[in-house]
Amino acid sequence: MIERDIFWTVTVLLGIGTFLIRFSFLGLMGRRSLPPWALVHLRYVAVAVFPALITPLVLWPPATGGETDPARLLAAGAAFVIGVRFNVIGAIAAGMATLYAAQYLLG
Amino acid sequence: MTADARSAFWRGFRDCSPFVLIVIPYSMLFGVVARDAGLAVYEVMSMSVLVIAGASQFTALALMQEHAPVVVVLLAALAVNLRMAMYSAALVPHVGGAPLRQRLLMAYLMVDQTFAVSVKTFEEEPKMPPVQKAAYYFGCVLAVCPLWYVCTFAGAVIGQAIPPQFSLDFAIPVSFIALFAPMLRSLPHVVAAGVSVLGAVLFAWLPYNLALVVAAALAMIAGAQTEYYLQRRVVRP
Repeated sequence: MIERDIFWTVTVLLGIGTFLIRFSFLGLMGRRSLPPWALVHLRYVAVAVFPALITPLVLWPPATGGETDPARLLAAGAAFVIGVRFNVIGAIAAGMATLYAAQYLLG
Repeated sequence: MTADARSAFWRGFRDCSPFVLIVIPYSMLFGVVARDAGLAVYEVMSMSVLVIAGASQFTALALMQEHAPVVVVLLAALAVNLRMAMYSAALVPHVGGAPLRQRLLMAYLMVDQTFAVSVKTFEEEPKMPPVQKAAYYFGCVLAVCPLWYVCTFAGAVIGQAIPPQFSLDFAIPVSFIALFAPMLRSLPHVVAAGVSVLGAVLFAWLPYNLALVVAAALAMIAGAQTEYYLQRRVVRP
């Protein structure tokens, strides 16, 4: 069981803290223009964050207790290839279809 | 809203709508897990409304169940959300000029999908006027954020997640791959993504998911340096 006062303390402070993280630059910088070197770095935020976000989930999936799973590796590869060449829906469909097929075939 | 802004809004809505496939099972799962942890429905909803960041909510919930000290719970959950400071910075050149009230709302509703989909479009179409960019962003928001509340509620009330045989856990990484794969359109982007993967593996030993922040920072530097390198090669043949 989770203590009620702990739950509310965590929820309220986490809510405030998360908002401040999200608001940080958008709130403080606002109209001010960023220096060119910062703009160059910021162009790569998305491709810098998302691969690192999913790498552990692909290599050590929580659903298998952290054991590397060939079916999931294949599925990630399929989603990647289709994502590079086609679109979002295609990538998600290809990834999940490959996962089900590989799970069925590999047992 | 002008007609142009309105059409940008609905374009954002359409572009972000594939991600409902992930938001629905993920938010339902949070509702179910939080109820199993002994929270009342209004408490589950309070958390989803106040925090609106799934991964950190799961982290906080798990640590509270293990009776970790409040400071540890907060640090771990906030570390998961640190990446959003980078999203916030990356949005400044595009929508930083919006009125404060809009920026407050943009910040509160900033999630991985709304950020990724809108920044991808803004980079591809730098000429899009700021008002339309803001409208586009809120269109993305409308596609995923209301569902986050509704499906957390559904999960909390029904108390039944989608069965594990469907392996929907893996829909999350697959959807993120679908988000970034189409962005790998230049050498610097590819280098950044490669460093990102490598960094996540090499720093996996760091506590509190800090590997993500370290890997992302290194990847941004790698991308920028590759871009500078390519420019120098063009200037000096």
